Amino acid sequence: MKSMTKQKPIEEIQQSLEGLDKVFIVGCGTCTTLTNTGGVEQVEEMKEKLQEMGKWLTGTLVIPTACDDMTDVAMKENEQAIRGADCLLSMSCALGVHRLSLYLDIPVIPAVDTLFIGVEETPGYFREACAQCGQCFLGITAGICPITACHKGLVNGPCGGTNNGKCEVDKEKDCAWTLIYNRLKEQNRLHLMRQYQPPRNHHVTLQPKSMKIS
Amino acid sequence: MVSRFKEALGSGKFVITSEVAPPKGTNLEKMQHHIDLLKDKVDGINITDHQSSAMRFPSLGGCLAVLESGGEAIMQMTCRDRNRIALEADLLFAYSRGVRNVLCLTGDAVVVGDHKEAMGVFDLDSLQLINAVHALAGGKDLGGNDLDGAVEFCVGAIVTPEAQPLEPQLIKFEKKVEAGAEFFQTQAIYDLDNFKRFMDYARKFKTKILAGIVLLSSARMAKYMTANVPGIFVPDDLLDEMSAAPKEEMLAKGIEIAGRTIAALKNETICDGVHIMAIGREETVPDILKAAGM
Ligand code: SF4
Ligand code: SF4
Repeated sequence: MKSMTKQKPIEEIQQSLEGLDKVFIVGCGTCTTLTNTGGVEQVEEMKEKLQEMGKWLTGTLVIPTACDDMTDVAMKENEQAIRGADCLLSMSCALGVHRLSLYLDIPVIPAVDTLFIGVEETPGYFREACAQCGQCFLGITAGICPITACHKGLVNGPCGGTNNGKCEVDKEKDCAWTLIYNRLKEQNRLHLMRQYQPPRNHHVTLQPKSMKIS
Repeated sequence: MVSRFKEALGSGKFVITSEVAPPKGTNLEKMQHHIDLLKDKVDGINITDHQSSAMRFPSLGGCLAVLESGGEAIMQMTCRDRNRIALEADLLFAYSRGVRNVLCLTGDAVVVGDHKEAMGVFDLDSLQLINAVHALAGGKDLGGNDLDGAVEFCVGAIVTPEAQPLEPQLIKFEKKVEAGAEFFQTQAIYDLDNFKRFMDYARKFKTKILAGIVLLSSARMAKYMTANVPGIFVPDDLLDEMSAAPKEEMLAKGIEIAGRTIAALKNETICDGVHIMAIGREETVPDILKAAGM
């Protein structure tokens, strides 16, 4: 499972850094390294771009896993260089940005957009598998998620846009409900597709979502 | 006031509906012209709801124009742009203003339309919307609260008899019948043998089926639809017939084919009626009816 990201356009990054001349860059050794959006190489490239912009780099660092609590230690080890910066530019996913913000008073600015949590289905091909909807349907949809795999998140069967097993939004994308139908049929469990699913509860966990484990 | 369209469905006559698209803007002249053209010739006029996800004057507004003109309106309602609160509220309003028929649709994806970055709502789907209408008719909203004044709609839905694979569509069709869909307007059908097979199946259910008739305006359009529109399949013999017609007579050929199909559906009592979609050429609908011998 990986947090899938893409780098923001450099113009947007430049805009976010307006008035912030001294920058410390943080990359992540886990997800953004894998997606080539925030590993050692990309941090180095970003450093050069920022220098071309006339920024002063107080340091760079690629944290093994920016979202976990060891980030605290890495921050402390680099305290001086970070203190000397006006802001921290994060090339980790947004979870890393959140974690970094916990320890810092200076602004933490994301350099990447976080897209989805992906599961690697075939080498290099990542697909969103779960949107944490709070009401899991997998038991009645033969293990295929109707929330993430169906473009409209439909829970009662296919829409009228399904075409030869493909989705109306993209001829390359499978229609989730054809997949669900095929697999339920194989399992001899098509009766599950005939059941009426009432409107979903969009507030299973009230936003803002949090949970305390005792 | 009851639904005149529902009465027509119950009368055993061959029912005819057609559809009109509201304008993009506030100039209602063309829509009004189409309404005037159709209102006395059909049993109901569908008003589309931001068809193909392109923002337009609302379906409800078009329905009021139909009613003010003395016609019978069928309000198309998709789940794409409104959550359940807004859908329910619009149903209350529509009913209070005399709309008596609603066609419940899931709706096209936002990204196929002209506001590609908008949020697709899909809080409900077509099936849940049918249930919502029945809940409101029973005097309750979807939150389970009592209404002060209920609604009464003739509720319809759509089905695609040519979908591939077909069975998932049929499962959803049966769920819609169970939820109380009183009529279905189908996606365009061209292959009568195929449609007869669908009707042999659909006849088992207590609901009315209006076959979708989409006017072929040119051979190119027919090929395009077969290649690109989900569930539409124009067979080769019709394609050949269209292609053989000289360019300036293609539209007339399309009208003839539509008329001939309607006549066959009626004379062989294959289904309960037709829903004619002339897509931008609404002025041809009277000609299509004439070609069908009506
Ligand atoms: S239905 Fe899909 S999004 Fe919801 S919990 Fe299950 S896998 Fe996740
Ligand atoms: S075509 Fe299939 S996957 Fe796409 S929106 Fe419709 S039901 Fe969902």
